[in-house]
Amino acid sequence: MAASAAARTSIGLTLRFHRVIPDCSKCPLYRLKSCTSNRANPQRRSSFNSFRTMNRHLQTSKCLSQAQEGSSNSEDPDDVVNVVFIDRSGKRIPVKGKTGDNVLFLAHKHGIELEGACEASLACSTCHVYVSAAHFDKLPEPEEREDDMLDMAPMLQENSRLACQIVLTPDLDGIELTLPKVTRNFYVDGHVPKPH
Amino acid sequence: MSCKLLLSAVGRRRLHKGFAVCGKAFLSSGSPKVCIVGSGPAGFYTAQHLLKAHQNVQVDVYERLPVPFGLVRFGVAPDHPEVKNVINTFTQTAKHPRCSFYGNVNVGEDVSVDELQEAYHAIVLSYGAEGNRSVGVPGEDLPGVYSAKDFVGWYNGLPSCQELRPDLSCETAVILGQGNVALDVARILLSPLDALKKTDITQPALEALAQSRVCRVLIVGRRGPMQVASTIKELREMVNLPGTRPEMVAADFDGLCHILSVCAPPDLPRPRKRLTELMLKTALEMPTEKEQERRKKASRIWGFRFFRSPVEILAEPGCNRVAGVRLAVNKLEGSGEKAQAVLTGEVEDVPCGLVISSIGYRSLPIDPTVPFDSRRAIVPNSMGRVHNAAGLYCSGWLKTGPTGVIATTMNSSFDTARSLLEDVESGKLDVSSAKPGSHMISSLLEKRGVKPVTFSDWEKIDDLETRRGEVSGKPREKILTVAAMLKVAQT
Repeated sequence: MAASAAARTSIGLTLRFHRVIPDCSKCPLYRLKSCTSNRANPQRRSSFNSFRTMNRHLQTSKCLSQAQEGSSNSEDPDDVVNVVFIDRSGKRIPVKGKTGDNVLFLAHKHGIELEGACEASLACSTCHVYVSAAHFDKLPEPEEREDDMLDMAPMLQENSRLACQIVLTPDLDGIELTLPKVTRNFYVDGHVPKPH
Repeated sequence: MSCKLLLSAVGRRRLHKGFAVCGKAFLSSGSPKVCIVGSGPAGFYTAQHLLKAHQNVQVDVYERLPVPFGLVRFGVAPDHPEVKNVINTFTQTAKHPRCSFYGNVNVGEDVSVDELQEAYHAIVLSYGAEGNRSVGVPGEDLPGVYSAKDFVGWYNGLPSCQELRPDLSCETAVILGQGNVALDVARILLSPLDALKKTDITQPALEALAQSRVCRVLIVGRRGPMQVASTIKELREMVNLPGTRPEMVAADFDGLCHILSVCAPPDLPRPRKRLTELMLKTALEMPTEKEQERRKKASRIWGFRFFRSPVEILAEPGCNRVAGVRLAVNKLEGSGEKAQAVLTGEVEDVPCGLVISSIGYRSLPIDPTVPFDSRRAIVPNSMGRVHNAAGLYCSGWLKTGPTGVIATTMNSSFDTARSLLEDVESGKLDVSSAKPGSHMISSLLEKRGVKPVTFSDWEKIDDLETRRGEVSGKPREKILTVAAMLKVAQT
């Protein structure tokens, strides 16, 4: 679907991310003791904690159309963010992205088989990916709408995210995104009906 | 998939080098011709996958209506336009040089499946589910009772549902079923008109809703809050619907807080957990002051009613119209997804003037030569390969039953395409001899006086609908009859 990325240049979405100090007491996952985030469970903090001071506001506002125009042809090494896609067969596909790139459109640009049925409007779950453990916590918290869509994705895991909501920043360098293997026909007798 | 070489003597003579885009190697044995019946998400996603994975396959998509896209056009709610973005992907597929669209062709009537099998190496049936599941209670045929499928078809412009003219002059509507379709119907019934005016809802539906007196919608289910089939996005939309307030029965939620917070089963899936929490919050939590104010001003009401099964639809004596629903009270045996509703013997009558049954769609058999499981209402298959029918495949709801969102259908379609391609590769599907494909079918159709609608014909319809919509600030103003569609497409 790389060709379709060109058709999407007219979409000028602006993504803004705020990293605010989270109030764990309000979060249902925390209350249900299902929270696996480093922030709520200090013993799980990784060595990268020094990069994640609680008072840092990370605000990134980028036009997606900017990400389309030859972004990965940039010669500026500081801007380059290395991404590895792991496709359904397990094959590793390293790709050079740039700060500000939307990961879904980056995938399309490189012919990765990642669907984006609703074209990044948080109305489907077809761009569901698993994020490498080392980078998962560096991503801003998903907004409620993303979580709602993720709920519909088959084979949801702790490190699931929607690729269309991931915008590259320098600290995501080396991020690995695995496409879920929904290769088996799991609709056998007795399956639980899915909603429609 | 790893590259496999056909080493048979026959195979070697017909080997061509062919490598598809994503590093998958499928040695293309000749030019397989595949026919897909149905142009909704299942049909198009299957086509997309086949075209991408095989350099020589020709895919022809047949559709009964003059217009493509199936439930994306006729099922997705008008106020969910982003879900319809997938049409752009399908359009690209339709315009692929090795893909052709033939609208206005009724497979089973204009052309038989046998004839398609003569013309093509393989057929993929993806015509979905156009039938209703019947509630099976007395009074189901009373005026004022509609299936959600028909109601949704009505407001979405499905030609066969344009004569529905639902009576919206009562105050209370009861919806049987608690899936996303039920919530869509409730939301359309209660949405402020201003919100609907800017969508692609049909003009007649908009006018009917403008006159509607329906101000209370009860969404009834046999089991409990932990078993609702709807998803959180749709529930959130109801909770946040302007001008409305929720009305739930607190007792229906007894014990749930305890289940969730104290003995939350570790394997309670996240989606179910979040959904139940939202319901509990809506039903039981004391609303904020701001929310209390909002609810006081709300003139329309919606609510779930749990543990209720319809046993009869009642009419006013001497009046041939629905006046209420008799509901049997249930209790649950077991828990989680497998919990069963068991009658307690109690019944309860709910007065209402509109009943919409949203208990599921049902596939219908297309042709006597195609195996059909009438109990499960699907074409019997394994991984998309139809049982006891060489060269026949199926995808989408016809394959798995009528549940699942576009993403589910997408995965299912990719699976079917994979099965088909595996069969080409292994020789199980014989593509060694040339087949006439669309040439044969086109001349048959011509003899029978059927004129297919091409994709560029559809684009004329699309263009006109879009331009008409611009006049009233809508994405499109849908053309509502097949005759009118054909007139635009073919003159």
